[in-house]
Amino acid sequence: MRVAVIGNGVAGVSAALSVRRLRPDWEIVMISGESSFHYSRPALMYIFMGHMSYRDTKPYEDSFWKKNRIELVRGWVTKIDTAGKKLVIHEKDPVSYDRLLIATGSKPNKFGWPGQDLGGVQGFYSLMDLRLLYENVKGARNAVIVGGGLIGIELAEMLHSRGIHVTFLVREKSYWSRILPMEESRMINDVILEQGVDLRLETELEEIVDDGSARVKGVITSRGEFVECQVVGLTAGVSPNVSLAKTSGVGTGRGILVDRHFRTDTTDVFAAGDCAEIITEGEEGNLIQQVWYTGKTQGKAAGESIAGEGKAYYPGIWYNSAKFFDLEYQTYGMVTSIPAEGERGFYWEHPNHRHSIRIVTKDGAVTGVNVMGLRYRHEVCESWVAEKRSLDYVLDNLDEANFDPEFYDRFEREMVSEIRKQVA
Amino acid sequence: MEKETLIYDFDEESLGFEEPEKVSDAPLGPGEKLSLALLGFGVLMFIVQSLGASPAGSWIGLLMVVVPVFLGSTAYFYLSFRDTVPGIKHDNIYFRGLTSRGALGWVVGVVFTGFYIIIYWFPEFVAGGVKVVSPLSTALSGSPADRWFFYGFIYTIAVFIFGARMFMKYRRNRYQKIRTASVMFFQLGFAFLIPNILKAFNQPEFYLSYFWPLKYDYLFPGTVSYFANHPGGLGVFLVFWGAVMTFVAIPLLTYYFGKRWYCSWVCGCGGLAETMGDPWRQLSDKSKKAWRVERWMVHSVLVFIVVTTVLLWINSISSGAVFGAASMSLKKWYGFYIGAVFSGVIGVGFYPIMGSRVWCRFGCPLAAVLGIFQRYLSRFRITTNGGQCMSCGNCSTYCEMGIDVRAYAQKGENIIRSSCVGCGVCSAVCPRGVLKLENGGTFKDRFSGSDRPLSALMDSLKHV
Repeated sequence: MRVAVIGNGVAGVSAALSVRRLRPDWEIVMISGESSFHYSRPALMYIFMGHMSYRDTKPYEDSFWKKNRIELVRGWVTKIDTAGKKLVIHEKDPVSYDRLLIATGSKPNKFGWPGQDLGGVQGFYSLMDLRLLYENVKGARNAVIVGGGLIGIELAEMLHSRGIHVTFLVREKSYWSRILPMEESRMINDVILEQGVDLRLETELEEIVDDGSARVKGVITSRGEFVECQVVGLTAGVSPNVSLAKTSGVGTGRGILVDRHFRTDTTDVFAAGDCAEIITEGEEGNLIQQVWYTGKTQGKAAGESIAGEGKAYYPGIWYNSAKFFDLEYQTYGMVTSIPAEGERGFYWEHPNHRHSIRIVTKDGAVTGVNVMGLRYRHEVCESWVAEKRSLDYVLDNLDEANFDPEFYDRFEREMVSEIRKQVA
Repeated sequence: MEKETLIYDFDEESLGFEEPEKVSDAPLGPGEKLSLALLGFGVLMFIVQSLGASPAGSWIGLLMVVVPVFLGSTAYFYLSFRDTVPGIKHDNIYFRGLTSRGALGWVVGVVFTGFYIIIYWFPEFVAGGVKVVSPLSTALSGSPADRWFFYGFIYTIAVFIFGARMFMKYRRNRYQKIRTASVMFFQLGFAFLIPNILKAFNQPEFYLSYFWPLKYDYLFPGTVSYFANHPGGLGVFLVFWGAVMTFVAIPLLTYYFGKRWYCSWVCGCGGLAETMGDPWRQLSDKSKKAWRVERWMVHSVLVFIVVTTVLLWINSISSGAVFGAASMSLKKWYGFYIGAVFSGVIGVGFYPIMGSRVWCRFGCPLAAVLGIFQRYLSRFRITTNGGQCMSCGNCSTYCEMGIDVRAYAQKGENIIRSSCVGCGVCSAVCPRGVLKLENGGTFKDRFSGSDRPLSALMDSLKHV
C-alpha cells in the first residue's frame, strides 16, 4: 500500500506520521513544492526578525524522514489523475498512489481591490511569501497592512523590526474585535500604538495606487486618505487552497469537501487541515479550521482514517494562543466577542492593562476562559469546561491553572475578589 | 497553478535567509556615545598602566580603570535596552556577526582563547595587568596580586557587567533576575572575596562554591591532609564543607530543585556562561549526534576523575607502594587537559563559536553527577502546556545546553534531561506559554509509565 501526501505542512506531516505509526510496512511519500523539509509555519516571522535561522524552524532533523521511511519529493503537483491514481508533478516523474491525502493549506484572501496585483503587494503565508518579502522591503520605508488578524499583527511586528514604518488598517472598531471582547481587544490596540505602529481603526482599503511602473506607491483608504508606502501586506484572512483539488475533479465548496473521516467524494482521496471543509449534519454549517493546532489534530485523525482505523472527527474543546508583540494570549473553550444568549462574562484586568482574565459561564457552568499576559494550564482549563464546573469551583481552584514562570507576581486573589463582586 | 509558483526554485536549505534590508539604524544617542567613551577611557587606562605608565599599582590607578569600565558598560546596556519592549528581545541575533559566527564572532573567540592561553602559559604578558589590580589584592589578602587574582578579578567584573545586561534584557522575567543576582552574589562572595580574605588570615585559599569533582583536588589526599593539618582548625571545617557539599548537598538539593540549584544559580562557570555567555547561547549544537557525543564525553571525564581520585587515595594509603607514579601522572594529565585546556581555553574561549556551555555540557564532571541525580532522582522537570506548542523552535534555539526542547514540547511530553541546567530561558522565549520549570514531579514522570527507577535506568542504558 502506497500513501501519498500533498503538502508538508503540519497537517500533512501529522497524517504521514500517524499512518507510519499504525502501518509500519506501508509506503509513504510526501510531496511539497514549497520546501524540501517540513518547517514550522508560525516560525516564519522569527527568520525575518533574526531570532532563528531557517534550519532552526524545522521540527525534525533531516535524517528523521529516512529513519521513518517517509519519502520526500520536492515539486509542485499540477494535477491529480484520480482515475489512474497518479500525481502529475511539474518537471518531475509522476507519483502513483493507492491512497492520497490533500493537505494544501490555505491562501491569503484578496478581495478584488484595485491594484492588488501590483509589485510590492503580497500576502504572508508561505516560504515563498517570506522570500518575496525580502525583495519587497528593499528600499522600503513605509508599509501598509490591511486586515486586523493574527497574521497582520505578526507582519506588522516583522516590518517594524526592520525600521519600516507601519500603517495598520483595521476594518473593525478595534483590533481583532470579531474574535475578542472589547476589553482584551483594547489592550492589544494599546500595545500596537505603544510600538509606534500607526493603527487606523474602522478603516478599509479602497485602492492600491500604481507608481507608474507597476509597483505600489501608496494606498487610498475608505476615509479617502492617501498613505504612501512601498509594501502592502494583505492579511485579511485566508481561504482553503482548493485549486488543485478543483481542477482535478475532487468535490469542493469553500474548501475541499470531506466527511468526518476526511474522505472526499473521490475514492481513496482524503483531505485535511486548512484546505478541508468538513461536512456537518448539524445546523451550524460546515467546519473549516485554519489554525496550527487543528491542522495537527485533523492531520493525525486523517492519517488514522487512511490507515483504516479512524473514528469520526469531532473537534475537542477549542483552544488557541497568540502573541501580540509582547502580549501573550491564551484561550480555552468558547469566548466570543459578544456574549451569546444565556452567556455571562466575568472579567478582571490589572490596573497596568498588561494582564487580564475572562471567565464565561452559561447555565451555571464555565464554558470559556481567556487570559492575556498570563499563562494558564491547558489541561486544567479544559477540564473545567469538559466537566461543566461551576464558576465557584473554578474560582476556588484558580491557582491550579496558573502556568506562569516561578517568582512571577500572582494575581489570582485579586481576580477572585473582583469576579465575586461581579457575581454579587 | 500560477506560473510564479511553478518557477519558484529557491533553495532554502543551502541559501538560507540572510538579513533582510533595513531602514538605517537609529544613530546612537548622546548617552550611549558617552557611556561607550567612558568604557573606552577605562580600557585605555588599563592598557597604558599595564604597559608601565603611572599610577599603575595604586588605588587611583585601579579606580581609573574600574569605575569608567563598569559605569560605561552598565550605562550602555541600560540605555540600549531601555527603549525596547520588556519581553524577549532577539531581533537581529542571527544577522549580527558577533552572535552568529561572523567575522566579529571569530575575532572575539580568538581574543578569549588567547587570553586563556596567556593566563595559563605566558603569564609574563599579563604582569602589567596584575600590577594594576594589586592594591585590591593587598587590601583583601595582604599580599600582592598574582595572575590568578587578576583572572578572578576580571571574571567577577565580567559577571557583574553582563549581569547588569541580563537585568535589562530580562527585566520582565523575575526568575531570570533572581537567578542572575544569585550568580553575581556567589561569584563575588564565595569565589572572590572569601578565598582572598581567608588568605589574609593565613588560611588556605578555599572556594566555598566549588567542590569535587569540579574542583577535583578538594578530595585529593594531598589537599585533604594539607587542609586538615592546617593550624587554626578552619582547614578541618573546609574539608568537612567540601565533603558535605559533594556527598550530601548534591543529592539532596538536586532531589528538590534539580541541578539548577548549582549550575545556573551558584557555580562560577555557570555564572559566567549565564551572564557574559548569554549573547551566544543559541550557538549550541542541537543535533542528536551532539547529544550522543555529549553523553560519552561528559561521563568519560567523570569516570576519569573518579578513577584518578581513587588511585590517589590508594597510593596515599599505601605510601606510594601501589599506583604511585601512575596516579600522579593521571592527576597531572587531568589538570592540564581537562582542568586548563577544556574548561578554560575551550570552555570560555569558544563561547562565540560553540555557545556558552561547551564545558558544562561536554566536560564538567560535577554536571555529570548532578545530571545523573536530576535524571533519575529528582522532582525537577520542565512541563509542557497541553497542546499549545506550535513547534516554532525558539526553545531549542535558545537552549544553551543544546537540548532539543521542541522535540518534547510538540509531543506534550515533560522535559527530563540530565543536562538541563534550569536556566529558564526556554520558558522565557516561548511565544505560546508552553514551558514551565517545576519542582514536584514523581517517578512516574521520569520513567514513562514506570515507577521503578532501577529497571528504567537499565532500559535507558540499552539505548546509549
